[in-house]
Amino acid sequence: MQVEKFYYDNKIVKAFGLATILFGVVGMLAGLWVAIQIYYPESSLNLAATTFGRLRPLHTNAIIFAFVGNASFAGIYYSLQRLCKARLFSDKLSWIHFWGWQAIIAAAAITLLMGKTTGKEYAELEWPIDIAITLIWVVFGINMFGTILKRRERHLYVAIWFYIATWVTVAMLHIVNSIEIPVSALKSYSWYAGVQDALVQWWYGHNAVAFFLTTPVLGLMYYFLPKAANRPVYSYRLSIIHFWALIFIYIWAGPHHLLYTALPDWAQSLGVVFSVMLIAPSWGGMLNGLFTLRGAWDKVREDPVLKFMVVAITCYGMSTFEGPMLSLKNVNAISHFSDWTIAHVHIGGLGWNGFLAFSILYYMIPKMWGTNLYSKKLATNHFWLGTIGIILYAVPMYWAGFEQSLMWKQFTPEGQLKYEFLQTVTNIKPMYIARSIGGALYLVGALMMVYNIYKTIASGKFIANEAAEAAPLVKGEHAKKEYWHRVIERKPVTMLVLSLVLVAIGGLVQMIPTFLVKSNVPTIASVKPYTPLELQGRDIYIREGCYTCHSQMIRPFRDEVKRYGEYSKAGEFVYDHPFQWGSKRTGPDLAREGGKRNDSWHYIHMYDPRAMSPGSLMPKYEWLLRNKLDVSSTPAKIRAMKTLGVPYPDGYDKIANDDLAKQAESIVANIKKENEKINVTPDKEVVALIAYLQRLGRDIQAEPKKQPIAENK
Amino acid sequence: MKFINYLEKVSNVGIMGIVSLLIFVLFFTVMLTWVFRTKKKDLQEISRIPLDN
Repeated sequence: MQVEKFYYDNKIVKAFGLATILFGVVGMLAGLWVAIQIYYPESSLNLAATTFGRLRPLHTNAIIFAFVGNASFAGIYYSLQRLCKARLFSDKLSWIHFWGWQAIIAAAAITLLMGKTTGKEYAELEWPIDIAITLIWVVFGINMFGTILKRRERHLYVAIWFYIATWVTVAMLHIVNSIEIPVSALKSYSWYAGVQDALVQWWYGHNAVAFFLTTPVLGLMYYFLPKAANRPVYSYRLSIIHFWALIFIYIWAGPHHLLYTALPDWAQSLGVVFSVMLIAPSWGGMLNGLFTLRGAWDKVREDPVLKFMVVAITCYGMSTFEGPMLSLKNVNAISHFSDWTIAHVHIGGLGWNGFLAFSILYYMIPKMWGTNLYSKKLATNHFWLGTIGIILYAVPMYWAGFEQSLMWKQFTPEGQLKYEFLQTVTNIKPMYIARSIGGALYLVGALMMVYNIYKTIASGKFIANEAAEAAPLVKGEHAKKEYWHRVIERKPVTMLVLSLVLVAIGGLVQMIPTFLVKSNVPTIASVKPYTPLELQGRDIYIREGCYTCHSQMIRPFRDEVKRYGEYSKAGEFVYDHPFQWGSKRTGPDLAREGGKRNDSWHYIHMYDPRAMSPGSLMPKYEWLLRNKLDVSSTPAKIRAMKTLGVPYPDGYDKIANDDLAKQAESIVANIKKENEKINVTPDKEVVALIAYLQRLGRDIQAEPKKQPIAENK
Repeated sequence: MKFINYLEKVSNVGIMGIVSLLIFVLFFTVMLTWVFRTKKKDLQEISRIPLDN
């Protein structure tokens, strides 16, 4: 048979690779900055844009979508062409994908710093950007499937299965979680409310980790590890089981992020069971990776690429062991809302994602420039610095999480809480400092890589189009009868549909009953919609990213009920578009903040938190005292909420601002009565925020006393 | 427009649990049958694909 000559497109891989490096450094810098802000709040520069609540989403989004995203695209485009023995489907689509994605990243960076956020973790980007992501994702899909369809290799190697599952699942997750109703060009409300919003969000959040940070990277592992070790994967059979079991089980586990919350119990248990089962496929994959190196460990000593991979795969194994442990309810009772979670995700982020990204960069770049790595020694130093950085990051965070959580739960013999919340925070300040040193070491390692890669590129000549040849596929070549399974794994579209069916099942089983069975969200008669001023205040709360440090979910534990009040009920959140339960308590829970302190306390606290709580780590929010509240948006917001089913009276949008003004006046009168030195006018943003904070959790106080809160099931 | 209350009276919602379990067991049975009925030679051949380029 005639072999065909063709060329691999290295240019697009180069572009994504360089973007990976750039955004990796930017994302890590943002991470280091927020880490320092936690123990040194003044380092926020007292600017709205650079304060923790806005910078932290920038860090997470930059690392997930810009660093790991670009690294995955680079690795996928490099390996896909070679596994399919074909150039990418369309150069034009490749470049639309590249520039489109970078434009999304730029738009994300700008809007997040402006405080334009949906308030849902890792899905913070506002609706126009959500649409852009969908379009670019379709472009990526067409390009990938086009390449697969014109391939010259009959079989689809397992790495490609992982890429297919990534594409289809991320599409599904992104669309379902981003359903929102636009209020203005850069503001929207989540379609879902309260418990349902939480379930959809964490179904998304958990599976974004699974299908954006895990499956594409596993695909890369299955290609680059055998390449770097120059031997096939340990067990291909195991890799098939790994793939199907992983994508099937992962999707069910989301509710483990909501243990002990107001989510229905059956959904929590479902999440726990599937999380525990996840150990099996994850460890199957880890062992498959490590066993690939059997008899080749001498190469690990020589080759920095393999060094990074070994630690990456080990970290994958560690975090996928830890994940199921954290999803056990008794462990979660200690770990949740604490820094333990932060440690856990950074084993995954720094170890698994970061190190695997570094390893493929060190592998691809010398190959694409037809040269050798400038300095293996420098790369080895990067490896050690990074590894020590990870340890120095994670150990203090584990310690801090454990210690703080136990302090929360301590009682004196008299039955009083032993520690104030603030004491439990200031106590772990040294851990926060150690963590930022670990992060800094990791960043220095990454900068060494930048230099190493720069020198490598300078010493080689870029091969934009790499020549290759292969025989074309002939239809009907496999005329003899085959097993049906071999037929399936040769058919990419069938794979796509099968993967979608599999991942959809888990989501449907969780969501349909939560949406459709009324008893899952018992209503409480006294829970009423927010007033216009409170709604505006709530949007300020979301804008400033308060949910990155404050939860609004009191779990049914003795210490939490004692510290914060009656535990949270599902029915209290029915008007919360989006929900604001949070996932981390750097500050105390705010679910029942309403009425605990007076208005002037909040006013001064926003101006300077340390004036009211000495030693507090909260940033100053001076601009809230200066900024005028934009009331022109009130009618549109009320209309949007009405569309979503919040029972405001008909025509209320037209008179909402009158009520808003009245409530603002009364709050200002209160503040002046409490502290006559405070000079505040009703048109300021801080007034709206105070209105919201004072409303939090108060509705059920209106329920008749001396009997359990009635839940109308 | 509201999501809650739509299928409040959904009949036999209890069947979802059983269906889920069945899907789960069936899925693993089919997958493991597939994997273990595939010949080792074929798998070895496929696992060498990354090394061929």
